[in-house]
Amino acid sequence: MKARRRALVRPHVVTGGRAHPSRNIFDLVTLVAGTGRAAAGLSPEKRRIAALCRDGALSVAEIAGHLALPISVTKVLVSDLVDSGHLSPRVPTPADEPSKIEILQEVLDGLRARL
Amino acid sequence: MDSALASEIHLPDTVRTAVKLLIAGPFAVGKTTFVGTLSEIRPLRTEETMTQAGAPVDDLTGARDKTTTTVAMDFGRITIGERIVLYLFGVPGQQRFTPLWKDLARGAYGALILVDTSRLEASFDVIDLVERQGLPYAVAVNRFDGAPVFPESEVREALDLLPSTPLVTCDARDHASSVRALITLVHHLLAADAPQEHA
Repeated sequence: MKARRRALVRPHVVTGGRAHPSRNIFDLVTLVAGTGRAAAGLSPEKRRIAALCRDGALSVAEIAGHLALPISVTKVLVSDLVDSGHLSPRVPTPADEPSKIEILQEVLDGLRARL
Repeated sequence: MDSALASEIHLPDTVRTAVKLLIAGPFAVGKTTFVGTLSEIRPLRTEETMTQAGAPVDDLTGARDKTTTTVAMDFGRITIGERIVLYLFGVPGQQRFTPLWKDLARGAYGALILVDTSRLEASFDVIDLVERQGLPYAVAVNRFDGAPVFPESEVREALDLLPSTPLVTCDARDHASSVRALITLVHHLLAADAPQEHA
């Protein structure tokens, strides 16, 4: 599917005052999952994203890859969908948030286990 | 993607932390093969249109239009344990992709740079890009049939690597070999990070 070119220049609007600080930081590997909110009234692209994420979490990059959307467009659409309550970011709770060293150690152990 | 397997594309519910690593290198060095060998999902491809405004030298046409380039990136995924997912992005290493690199490097833990000994000079750009983004990295020689085999010291010298930069040899088609190359990188990242951070 061809992405709409005009979406490339659409500004990524950042608004303040919502619960989770990470929600406006959309990286390629930001994880989001569907919330189950009805997709009525959404644009076709947003519907497709909501449907793709309905059954579980994916990264922004995977959403872009599965739906053949440019990453810049995907970031904007995902951000909108988080704002509208259709997607929620999947992040560790502060108490469970591993340090970078813990993460790297787990990755190292996990990779070694694959040999 | 087989629709019957649609539920298998999602991450386990317990995964909440994503780690981004870049697999960088010149054209046809084996980035896509490497990512495909390691990924638990069929590798995905994304395309990004890159706009280059204000290039340092006007191009021959003299047109005022911005030049746009479409950059394709293949990436894959490895779920590690219960709570971490590792994403591997194959990234082209030419200087003209610098704008893309800024976005890619943000939040990345590090890069594995793949090199081909039959054209080591093709890797100069990518090493420069990675260093300018301040990303820690390791270098893996992707073993191609018929490519010249140089002593490690010569490869290091040709690429002007610091003594602390790991250099390994791998076969991007082989799973264990590719895992070992990735382990070398992660081990290096851990060593680089450990002294500064007290967890």
